[in-house]
Amino acid sequence: MSATKYDRAANIARAEAALHDVAKIKRAEIVFWLAALASVFFLQDQYLLLNEVAITGLFALSLDLILGYGGIVSLGHAAFFGVGCYAAGLLTKYGVQDPIIGLFIVAAITAALGFATSFLVLRGTDLTRIMVTLAVGVLLGELANRLPRLTGGADGMQGIDPGLLLGRFEFDIFGQVAYIYSLIVLFVLFVIARRFVFSPFGWSIRAVKENQLRTSAIGIPVTGRLVVVYTVAAAYAGVAGALLTQTTSFASLDVLAFHRSADLLLILIIGGTGYLYGGIIGALLFKIVQDAIATFTPEYWEFWIGLILVAFVLIGRERIIGAPMWIWRRLRGAA
Amino acid sequence: MLTNLFDGVAYGMLLFLIACGLSVTLGLMNLINLAHGAFAMAGGYITVVLVNRMGVPFFAALPLAFFGSALIGLLLERTLYIHIYRKPHLDQVMFSIGLVFMAMSGTGWLLGTGQVFVDLPKFLSYRFDIFGLLSVGAYRLLIIAVCGVLALTLQLAIAKTRFGAQLRAAVDDPTVARGLGINVDLVFAVTFSVGSGLAGLGGALGAELLGLDPSFPVKFMVYFLIVVAVGGSAGMVGPLVAALLLGVADVSGKYYLPEVGAFIIYLVMIVVLLWRPQGLFSRAGGR
Repeated sequence: MSATKYDRAANIARAEAALHDVAKIKRAEIVFWLAALASVFFLQDQYLLLNEVAITGLFALSLDLILGYGGIVSLGHAAFFGVGCYAAGLLTKYGVQDPIIGLFIVAAITAALGFATSFLVLRGTDLTRIMVTLAVGVLLGELANRLPRLTGGADGMQGIDPGLLLGRFEFDIFGQVAYIYSLIVLFVLFVIARRFVFSPFGWSIRAVKENQLRTSAIGIPVTGRLVVVYTVAAAYAGVAGALLTQTTSFASLDVLAFHRSADLLLILIIGGTGYLYGGIIGALLFKIVQDAIATFTPEYWEFWIGLILVAFVLIGRERIIGAPMWIWRRLRGAA
Repeated sequence: MLTNLFDGVAYGMLLFLIACGLSVTLGLMNLINLAHGAFAMAGGYITVVLVNRMGVPFFAALPLAFFGSALIGLLLERTLYIHIYRKPHLDQVMFSIGLVFMAMSGTGWLLGTGQVFVDLPKFLSYRFDIFGLLSVGAYRLLIIAVCGVLALTLQLAIAKTRFGAQLRAAVDDPTVARGLGINVDLVFAVTFSVGSGLAGLGGALGAELLGLDPSFPVKFMVYFLIVVAVGGSAGMVGPLVAALLLGVADVSGKYYLPEVGAFIIYLVMIVVLLWRPQGLFSRAGGR
């Protein structure tokens, strides 16, 4: 009987080793960030586009936290992005010139908003969540439209003049400082997110996504976990919005529009959910595709985005995302 | 005061007519179809093209709008929607948003992005006063009459006919319904098609009142969802009451409190969903 004896210490050690293995930094990750670093030196004429990719990537990363890890389908995530945009603009206009201090304040504001709305969102079924997130998004868009003195209304907020970054660097028209700034913020927040999802806390959030009933049965507070991840994601989205305002010196109603939430969902799905890089890769692919489509049909590119969405669902997300991996495995198997 | 109420009722009736199909597909069949407004838009544009460009009389165009949208609905159900009934909600959301995007830019490409108007028959713009209290527009009266009759017919069709019973059975438990010899696929296809057709009819009737342009499906998406969510899924009475409340609240809200009017309906919806996540008129044991 001794062979099958339950050895608690050994089991725990084995589980810890397995979790540790998953959390280890992989070679592909190092290559990924080196490539991002290289883009600063070799793609100087693409800074403006890359800046957008970095910001959208951060925005999609925040959706990944709630969708890929928390399992919450949101159709109104642009709400936090938009609030971040306008908050950053207002801060710059009325006193707080330093961009980085601005980011911290915006993060606090959107985190508070996320915390407050999380209680609305976490009730009920998928449908209720979709509708409530949608309604919150539309509500904020309407609010921004109705407060032109604060937001500039349909004309957008103008006259935003962010101060010098770290008191030294001015945002130039080529977007060099802007891109480097956005990329560093993205990297720092990514590292934090990575620590977060591989912490015991992060594993418990995955457990909540898998099965709420069983997770609560082993003593993990389901609602509490989701509130935390929703709040964190809201802060991330707010920071992404703030970056957009600071680097483009402009904020318009478009940041709260429905299509932004919908596009974001597409971006994350293209890149794949639940491994953090999906949002950034999806943002890159999306911008490239959008750019390519917009050159031959500038007005009706949404049609093709819609077609991609429909095709994605009908062919199957797993199959499309899995295809490169499958080919890679076949190639390695053949070699 | 009464005129506002009357206009609100007409508006609510329209919302009901468009959303009643959704209350079955989404409320009963649990299919998150955000593209429902696109069928209403299709009906509206069919009417515009028929009446304005081909000179078809308005009243002849209405049934054509119904059948045209129903046909589009049937084709899409048979070819595309049939694959996503059992997919996760996220897939359904993405799929239907994709359809909305395609419908919006496709319509813009074919028929222009500006708002379009239907040439209504002259007598529909007639207004008459009742005791100086209420000013009744013939157009809105027509809407209320048509929608009222249809609402009654639908309620009877679902509650009393054989097909209604089959639909309720198919929704409650498709497997057992199949075992009883009900052709569930056919029932769903017919239901989806009729729902799309009714939405198209609503879009055709309401083109003037709601305003028709290619962004229609997104602009009214939340309204249709509210009707379904607040109305719950027990027959047609819930969605009807919800649509009427919404119509009256929206019209009088925008009239009396123009500053906050646009917010009221969203706030009401959030509150209702928090208070009763299954809707005001939910059915015990229903899904």
